[in-house]
Amino acid sequence: MSSSPLKDNKFRIAFAIGWLVLIIMQAGVLHYWFELSWIEAITDSALSNLFLLLACLLVINTLRYYMPRREKYLHVIFWCLLLTGLWLTLNNWLLPLVLQRSAGYALFMDQSLAVRFCFAFVVMGSNTLISILWYNWEEQKEQKQRKTDTEQLSKEAELFKLRQQLQPHFLFNSLNSINALIGTRPQEARKMVQQLSDFLRGTLKKEEHQWVSLQEELQYLQLYLDIEKVRFANRLTTVIRSDEITQQMKLPALLLQPIVENAIKFGLYDTTGDAIIRITANAEENNLVMRVENPFDAETASPQKGTGFGLSSVQRRLYLLFARNDLLSTEIKENIFITTVKIPPHE
Amino acid sequence: MNKMIIIDDEPLARSIVKEYLQKYPELELAAECNDGFDGLKAIQQHQPDLIFLDIQMPKINGFELLELIDQPPAVIFTTAFDEYAIKAFEAHAIDYLLKPFSQERFDKAIQKWKDTGSSKKNTDELLETASQSPAQSERIVVKNGSKIKIIPIQEVFYLEAADDYVKVHTREGSFLKNKTMNHFEKTLDPNQFVRSHRSYIVNIQQITRIDPYEKENHVAILRSGGKVPVSKTGYMKLRTVLGL
Repeated sequence: MSSSPLKDNKFRIAFAIGWLVLIIMQAGVLHYWFELSWIEAITDSALSNLFLLLACLLVINTLRYYMPRREKYLHVIFWCLLLTGLWLTLNNWLLPLVLQRSAGYALFMDQSLAVRFCFAFVVMGSNTLISILWYNWEEQKEQKQRKTDTEQLSKEAELFKLRQQLQPHFLFNSLNSINALIGTRPQEARKMVQQLSDFLRGTLKKEEHQWVSLQEELQYLQLYLDIEKVRFANRLTTVIRSDEITQQMKLPALLLQPIVENAIKFGLYDTTGDAIIRITANAEENNLVMRVENPFDAETASPQKGTGFGLSSVQRRLYLLFARNDLLSTEIKENIFITTVKIPPHE
Repeated sequence: MNKMIIIDDEPLARSIVKEYLQKYPELELAAECNDGFDGLKAIQQHQPDLIFLDIQMPKINGFELLELIDQPPAVIFTTAFDEYAIKAFEAHAIDYLLKPFSQERFDKAIQKWKDTGSSKKNTDELLETASQSPAQSERIVVKNGSKIKIIPIQEVFYLEAADDYVKVHTREGSFLKNKTMNHFEKTLDPNQFVRSHRSYIVNIQQITRIDPYEKENHVAILRSGGKVPVSKTGYMKLRTVLGL
């Protein structure tokens, strides 16, 4: 339901002043032009306009519940005419009763009927028109709000889905490693349970739209990489470089992780030799530039097509966050795949 | 004495299988392999009775490995999470162990293998179902003499029926794959690969033009200069896909 314009304070004041001016003007005109006494002029103006005001309020309220459809505007004009007619009849009957002492007034009343009718119809008509515009505008505002709400919801759902892609495989394999360690190396098993818990807690805790410092994000990634190091024994080496400035820079939570997961997938899961994953942070102007390098097996992987390598979800997320498609880039140098992501500062 | 092979890329995943196997002194561990290539070599060398096979591995995955063996041994799959694989297992009743698994569950799988003698009879159907997974439709793994060749799907010119095999034509020559034309027609992207003829599936990226040929037939001329027959219905299909 749209809210009534009368609920708005500024509108209420303007509405009251408008009617007051109308009453004063009409009284003035009656007194100076038509030479009615002040009492007659003020009573006439106040009463007739008070009734008109009541009729207008009735229209405003009715429109709140019943908005005419486009093809029903003729009905609206008809109702305005009818209300104006009723108003005139009421005036014609009541005003002479109140001001019965003056015979001149009764005559004036008769002569001014047509003018009064036209005047009241114009006031009533503009009042109705303004109300209809107001309610239309309110309705549109509501619709727009609904639309942004829905968009926001689906955006969040989409981001959530994008995040869920690599998790189950990683989780079950890690549990399997723990299961193997329990028999032979219980101390290491215990440590890995701890790391896995911390990692999962981090995933649950973080919201997609939250911004965190690079330092925090790298600590979190370290947990993930340490788990992978246990799973793949000595095959994985990581080199992470960032200085004091970049450590304090902010980036959207969980943005870097899918890129590192991707590097692990192609650099570690799909290769057989030793894998070195390099993560380097740089500050360029106001942007935080992250570079992730991983080896890949040229024999089995074909990373030449576009951003390939399953980075489309990262690309999509960057677009949802910054409305830009130029923040993610990839290149190949010999058997090293390099992913570079530029993160603009938080607004 | 029965021979076993464990094929898994994670050392800890192999060690848990080894630990559970200690209960069975009659089962001999012939080899441990950490990728599909090694696995294939070890299977050819040792002729094992049973293999424990992971799905996701470097080089070639577990299903691709099995496709390359003419007489696959009995297989117990071990995998963490792969919805396509699990669907394939459930449909074809070959035993599989979902990581992490317990000694009891492992014992059950061994018992099942001993009872049935082997569970290889359903392997073909299993592979058929499993090969509908996205990874499987992106490349074709073939044996080229003793070497294994991985052909990215976009590099395939066309496929040709050849008795019980399908001949895969590429820039580097043609390779035989023991699959059916129907299988490829079903699994390949229909917007890229069109069955132009009962015995031919063509990569439309490779077509430069289509000429009329004899009465009602056509022939597709490829960039490589190769020619692929196009039947009457094949011509209709090509026209739809090419938007003619």
